[in-house]
Amino acid sequence: MNHDAYNDAYIRGILNTVKTIAMVGISPKENRPSFFAFKYLMERGYRMIPVNPGQAGKRILGQKVYAKLSDIPEAVDMVDIFRTSEHALPIVKEALTLRPPPQVIWMQLTVRNDEAAKLAEDAGLKVVMNRCPKIEYGRLSSEITWMGVNSRTLSSRRAQTLGSGVQRMRLSPPSEKDKNG
Amino acid sequence: MADAERSPGFATLSIHAGAKPDPTTGARATPIYQTTSFVFDDVDHAAALFGLQTFGNIYTRIGNPTCAVLEERVAALEGGTAGLAIASGHAAQVVVMHALMTPGDELVASKKLYGGSINQFNHSYKNFGWNVVWADPDDLNSFEKAVTPKTKCIFIESIANPGGIITDIEAIAKIARKAGVPLIVDNTLATPYLCKPIDYGADIIVHSLTKFLGGHGNSIGGMIVDGGTFNWSRDKRYPMLSEPRPEYQGIILHETFGNFAFAIACRVLGLRDLGPALSPFNAFLILTGVETLPLRMQRHCDNTLAVADWLSKRPEVAWVSYPGLSGDKYASLAKKYVPKGSGAVFTFGLKGGYDAGVKLVSNVKLFSHLANIGDTRSLIIHPASTTHRQLSDAQKTQAGAGPDVVRLSVGLEDKEDIIADLEQALKAK
Repeated sequence: MNHDAYNDAYIRGILNTVKTIAMVGISPKENRPSFFAFKYLMERGYRMIPVNPGQAGKRILGQKVYAKLSDIPEAVDMVDIFRTSEHALPIVKEALTLRPPPQVIWMQLTVRNDEAAKLAEDAGLKVVMNRCPKIEYGRLSSEITWMGVNSRTLSSRRAQTLGSGVQRMRLSPPSEKDKNG
Repeated sequence: MADAERSPGFATLSIHAGAKPDPTTGARATPIYQTTSFVFDDVDHAAALFGLQTFGNIYTRIGNPTCAVLEERVAALEGGTAGLAIASGHAAQVVVMHALMTPGDELVASKKLYGGSINQFNHSYKNFGWNVVWADPDDLNSFEKAVTPKTKCIFIESIANPGGIITDIEAIAKIARKAGVPLIVDNTLATPYLCKPIDYGADIIVHSLTKFLGGHGNSIGGMIVDGGTFNWSRDKRYPMLSEPRPEYQGIILHETFGNFAFAIACRVLGLRDLGPALSPFNAFLILTGVETLPLRMQRHCDNTLAVADWLSKRPEVAWVSYPGLSGDKYASLAKKYVPKGSGAVFTFGLKGGYDAGVKLVSNVKLFSHLANIGDTRSLIIHPASTTHRQLSDAQKTQAGAGPDVVRLSVGLEDKEDIIADLEQALKAK
């Protein structure tokens, strides 16, 4: 996997497949990027699980906070790392001890740890680094176009609205190629 | 197409970037969302929008879906991360500076700029406490010398108005990088069809959409493109981007929006608070123009080269300043930065001086005598008797608007007709 430039099919495949996301390093503060991303992804229908030892036992946006990944009593599809790059390796090591293990390790914008990525990929996991799932979801669903952002996507198909609202968009279903790849 | 590995070409982007069919009606052309406001899905959605926690529409002063298509379109053509449409090119410059400057700060600007920008920087910016320091693009050292600890940005034009000048973007980008400040390039005269300054190290692009991007002389508009290249958090020089914003509950924009944070800052701080929003109707007209940008720009350049070449051989003409002509002072820079053509705006000098200039603009029949550029129609102006009338002869010459100077913006008519009109006007008694 080239971690400098992911293709859209790879990212779309991940965001269309995972359902439960554990966010490690989420802040309870409303003005922090991790809180933004957590709330946004929850509103898009993902089951979001907050992980932050300083907040363990409390609730963030109604969701119970766990101290560490291994405390989560259910299966996690994706681990989203909201910690600086040097903290990624132990988090990945812990993620690999989960049973079943997650399918995806995602490191946030500015977070990159190639050693941790290799460890996860060697164990058969997909890895994304230095990207934000909120921005990628907004980009691939066309929502981000409303902010003038270059989505780097062209399509002659309409964007799809999500649920009953008019201002929330959803990702198009995965293509056969995504399912296989 | 969305998942294709290959990158679409320029003509494809000119037509499609940002413009998917309308999600509710399926309309294929971009609808004109002529509305001030947008309903919220629910109370939580409204709160999330106001808190910048989600993407969406609130009020057309801050964003509008028609304008947004134009923003993504131009950002894609420039190779930037995001765009922001503004009411005019002049307003785009103010919104950019508002995000970068605080009172007492300095901007370093090329002397060879559109006269309106020279006025804005020299006079209007004083009221904000922003001080311009001028540098000469023909003397790169002058940029280095102009930089001080108060410098917040460097501003140049790729092809400089009134035409005939190509700026060495890459060399000035190196000076900006060394100084730790962003390079802003006004790419109006070149358009991204001729030159993409981000490829040469520019960090921010501004446009007057009024000119070649719109291209039909029917709408005023401006654009800011975020190159996504500048690290706003390296030091505390750019607090709009790197520090918690009291306007938004302490959000730090760079950390939250990453490589398109500058465009967001211009939108949610500059555009929101200063207010120069682009009308959705103007955005629609300009979008229609952008669809044919590559075709028009090439024709503009081809016609202009023919006209400049013809003029250079006329007995009435003392000199022609067009970098597309071999032997021109800027020919080598033109070869590097604008290989497809040097644009459609240039100046030439008449041996008969001021009176010959007045006579020429009085006798043209196809050319329109007016103060715009970048129209389908061919345009002509004699600066000494119009835009630069108030200046002394010495000042006129310094500004490239001496008594003998005529400026053309060559249109899309048949080049034989354009040349025939100049010929009859030059010969007229």
